[in-house]
Amino acid sequence: MTQETINWLAACRVEDAVENGGVCVKYGDEQIALFYFTRRNEWYATQNECPHRKQMALSRGMIGSTTEEPKVACPFHKKTFSLVTGECLSGDECAIKTYPVKVENGTVYIGL
Amino acid sequence: MNQKKVVVIGNGMVGYKFCEKITAKSNDFEIIVFAEESRRAYDRVHLSEYFSGKNADDLSMSTQEWYSEQGITLYLNDPVKEINRSAKTVHSHAGKMVSYDYLVLATGSSAFVPNIDGVEKDGVFVYRTIDDLEMIKSYAANVKTGAVMGGGLLGLEAAKALMDLGIEQPAVIEFAPRLMPRQIDNAGSQMLQSKLQSMGLQIMLNKSTARIEGEHHITGLKFNDDTELPIEMLVISAGIRPRDELARLCGLEVSTRGGIIVNEKMETTDPSIFAIGECALVDQMIYGLVAPGYEMAEIVAANLCGAAKQFNGFDMSTKLKLIGVDVASFGDNFITEPDCRTIIFEDTHKGTYKRINISNDGQYLLGGILIGDAAAYNMLLQTTNNKIILPPNPEDLILGSRGGSEPAGAGITALPDDALICSCEGITKGAICNSVSEDGCETVDAIKKCTKAGTGCGGCVPMVKDLMLYTMKATGKYVRNVICEHMSYSRQELYDLIHIHNLKSYEEVLDNLGQGDGCEVCKPLVSSILASLWNEMILKKGNDTAQDSNDRFLANIQKGGTYSVVPRIPGGEITPDKLMVIGSVAKKYNLYTKITGGQRIDMFGAHLSDLPSIWDELIAEGFESGHAYGKGLRTVKSCVGSTWCRFGLHDSVSYAIRIEERYKGIRAPHKLKSAVSGCIRECAEAQSKDFGIIATEKGWNLYVCGNGGSKPQHALLLASDLDSETCIKYIDRFLMFYIRTADPLTRTATWLNKMEGGIDYLRSVIINDSLGMAEKWEAEIEALVGSYQCEWKTAVENPDIRKRFNHFVNAPQEKDPTVTFEEMRGQKKTPEWTTA
Ligand code: SRM
Ligand SMILES: Cc1cc2nc3c(=O)[nH]c(=O)nc-3n(C[C@H](O)[C@H](O)[C@H](O)COP(=O)(O)OP(=O)(O)OC[C@H]3O[C@@H](n4cnc5c(N)ncnc54)[C@H](O)[C@@H]3O)c2cc1C
Ligand code: SF4
Ligand code: FES
Repeated sequence: MTQETINWLAACRVEDAVENGGVCVKYGDEQIALFYFTRRNEWYATQNECPHRKQMALSRGMIGSTTEEPKVACPFHKKTFSLVTGECLSGDECAIKTYPVKVENGTVYIGL
Repeated sequence: MNQKKVVVIGNGMVGYKFCEKITAKSNDFEIIVFAEESRRAYDRVHLSEYFSGKNADDLSMSTQEWYSEQGITLYLNDPVKEINRSAKTVHSHAGKMVSYDYLVLATGSSAFVPNIDGVEKDGVFVYRTIDDLEMIKSYAANVKTGAVMGGGLLGLEAAKALMDLGIEQPAVIEFAPRLMPRQIDNAGSQMLQSKLQSMGLQIMLNKSTARIEGEHHITGLKFNDDTELPIEMLVISAGIRPRDELARLCGLEVSTRGGIIVNEKMETTDPSIFAIGECALVDQMIYGLVAPGYEMAEIVAANLCGAAKQFNGFDMSTKLKLIGVDVASFGDNFITEPDCRTIIFEDTHKGTYKRINISNDGQYLLGGILIGDAAAYNMLLQTTNNKIILPPNPEDLILGSRGGSEPAGAGITALPDDALICSCEGITKGAICNSVSEDGCETVDAIKKCTKAGTGCGGCVPMVKDLMLYTMKATGKYVRNVICEHMSYSRQELYDLIHIHNLKSYEEVLDNLGQGDGCEVCKPLVSSILASLWNEMILKKGNDTAQDSNDRFLANIQKGGTYSVVPRIPGGEITPDKLMVIGSVAKKYNLYTKITGGQRIDMFGAHLSDLPSIWDELIAEGFESGHAYGKGLRTVKSCVGSTWCRFGLHDSVSYAIRIEERYKGIRAPHKLKSAVSGCIRECAEAQSKDFGIIATEKGWNLYVCGNGGSKPQHALLLASDLDSETCIKYIDRFLMFYIRTADPLTRTATWLNKMEGGIDYLRSVIINDSLGMAEKWEAEIEALVGSYQCEWKTAVENPDIRKRFNHFVNAPQEKDPTVTFEEMRGQKKTPEWTTA
């Protein structure tokens, strides 16, 4: 059986995350956007860089949904991305990386 | 059944339209289409939108399923090589041989490439197909400079496309002494030229190109006057050449200047062969537009089905899309006196030029030219084509009626039912209104599906929309204007509901009035209403993430991810001490400083995590937030006024400060700007503001609903010679009326433009209190004024809010390491965008 082992990064405590919004997590030289979609009781993580103009900004974006799909809108030009698949929902051909998230004993972990 | 076989050569816009028309009329034909391109027919007219996000599928005119359903055989990527007229067969490149009863040539045209030395070099393109655009796009990614050869309709479109692809100041090279020589006159060309130059195009006229230079790829152009232009890419748009090569080869009559000669039934010299679209020459004329092509398709389809239709010439009116400057010509655009009377209106300041040609008896509009503002194009075209009798002052047609009280939509109601609205598809006003009243279409998209109106060049879409709204109103329908999938209300309904239910947070509103999880449309909108109603600190827990990004961090985000800091400087007045505070704070945090257009100082380039400390220091020295990030009051500009100026009638600075202090922090559907001038010389530009005040001998004149921005509009006089208290009372009422009723992100100018009854109605509400709301509104403003707090003060004093400005949740002391700056004139600037 070949299964990739997931490396879990302890990102922050639940109470440090922003309800219905994002925070930015430092992982070495990388930046990861972590979203606490409190309304749906769901957690998502994506790259922090918006592929459109390469801006480190997605964690400051507004989250929401279209039909059922949870999404984040970049603060710069309001391009939206699926939090589940990372696909750009505003018709562009770019996509963002997404990561699994788990919460254990009040600590939020991002799977790398 | 005995089906006749029709072979169509070419699957462009017109070839496709022919298939659509003939299959709609009859099942008696078997249709086989040969297409040279690898894609199904697509919308060439909107080709440039390929660069602004549309893909080949969006542009496609129909689906593979459609062809199968209609029983049409479509061979893509397989051009016809030969027509054998005696055997009545065609032979394709891939070796197919198909016989026909009727043959329709819809081969279109190709870009004309002049015979210049070096046209074969890499980096030289034409602008006709999706393939061309793909090549241009990938080449442009690696170069910085470029030019377009040809200053006609398509050339200018191509130049704009180059600009959008990041080419710096693309040059337009035109052989003639002016731009768009076929559509507009000399004066119009000059106006267009200066507009385009101000947008960043270089215009080079009277230039004939001698040589394209470079080894394998283009490095520049050499002109006949011995000048040179170094460029890395070139798009040639020097006209079109009808594709008549097949017709020529099989002995059909073609013109020496190009084009397959046809009669008014689109028959070639062989009665079983027709030519339609841009390859056909009818009456010595090639029609390079899609609407006449569609009409030709209709004529062949109808005649094959037994009707007797003729092509009687076609209107060549055009409107240029996309370039950012409106340009249109219609009817008989070049006719001059004494054959007509010409009225010309020119405003070099605004860059508009309008010309209308009127019959000598003053009864009819014959044609005209519009540059800089073509809003009236559809109406004027209709007036020309329907021979509508002109009003006594025909100049109103281009100047607009200056009373401002004409109800919206009066223009379209005057049109007869058979007025042609969509000339591409031949759809009349009657048919559009019918689709609304009989078939229940309530969106422009529904009307497009139902009638096809607006699916060609798209120029009539604004009129289709007006007709839709007008018909819906006339049939007593309530026109709904909802916010998004989560909130099925208009902004005004939502405002009232939130008020009545006393809701205080976004989540409460969503739970009580909405559905789903919300989105970037309804969140900021609801947040703005909550702020207008309750004026609580906008970052109160739970409401913070529902704020637009700039509101959420109480600062405007900039290129590179840093923020700007704009302290309020009421009326533009500032002490030397406070100037020094700004200087020292900017120096300490390494900020770029600039005097803004709003009479204050903007400090740019602050790290998110530095914002609270910067504001700490500013607040300690007596500064407050300038709300440069919020939809609310920005600045109240003032001129120096009677305290110093020899002409000043009153103290405009004191009054401006009073007004700015009164309304600061109040949130509205969009931002609000104001100004106070001390006399009619108007140095504070009050008439370009949402509300502007000008001193008179007797008091103040109050102007409302002015706007700068992309569609500047002068404010209108609401009341004159007011004393200071009454003036403020009227502004209170005006602001509350606007805050309650305007659509989201609608400035006061646009709000007034949409208001039925216009300024007269507004005046009756504000001054005569015709709605009986004045007292309530004044009280509401008083409550907002009373609950003002400096948001930044509250933010820096609250540790929970302060924490939100850290860049990293797991490394709170560290700044964003990806932020970098460059140096320029002794200050810093952001690096250029890097694109994906
Ligand atoms: C700084 C300044 C330009 C300058 O260097 O002078 C500026 C900068 C911006 N303007 Fe402006 N505008 C500035 C004066 C103006 C003016 C002139 C004026 O106010 O006298 C206008 C035209 C007048 C008017 O609004 O009617 C103006 C019309 C706009 C518009 C178009 C509004 C419209 O109705 O069409 C926008 C876009 C918008 O608001 O949606 C805009 C938006 C912006 C934004 C906020 C764009 C953005 O979202 O990032 C810029 C952000 C600056 C920042 O990061 O702080 N800015 N902007 C000026 C700040 C004035 C101030 O002290 O607050
Ligand atoms: C960038 C651009 C902007 C434009 N803007 C406007 C506008 O705003 N308003 C307007 O009215 N018009 C506009 N036009 C013009 C409009 O697109 C044309 O008038 C219209 O496309 C003509 O249709 P057609 O079918 O005759 O030719 P085309 O659309 O060119 O189609 C002809 C097709 O036949 C194919 N073909 C040729 N020879 C063969 C062969 N031997 N075998 C098989 N297939 C063959 C070609 O490959 C092509 O696909 C614009 C054109 C361009 C390029
Ligand atoms: S005009 Fe205003 S919005 Fe445009 S670049 Fe200048 S500051 Fe930015
Ligand atoms: S940088 Fe994110 S949308 Fe433009």
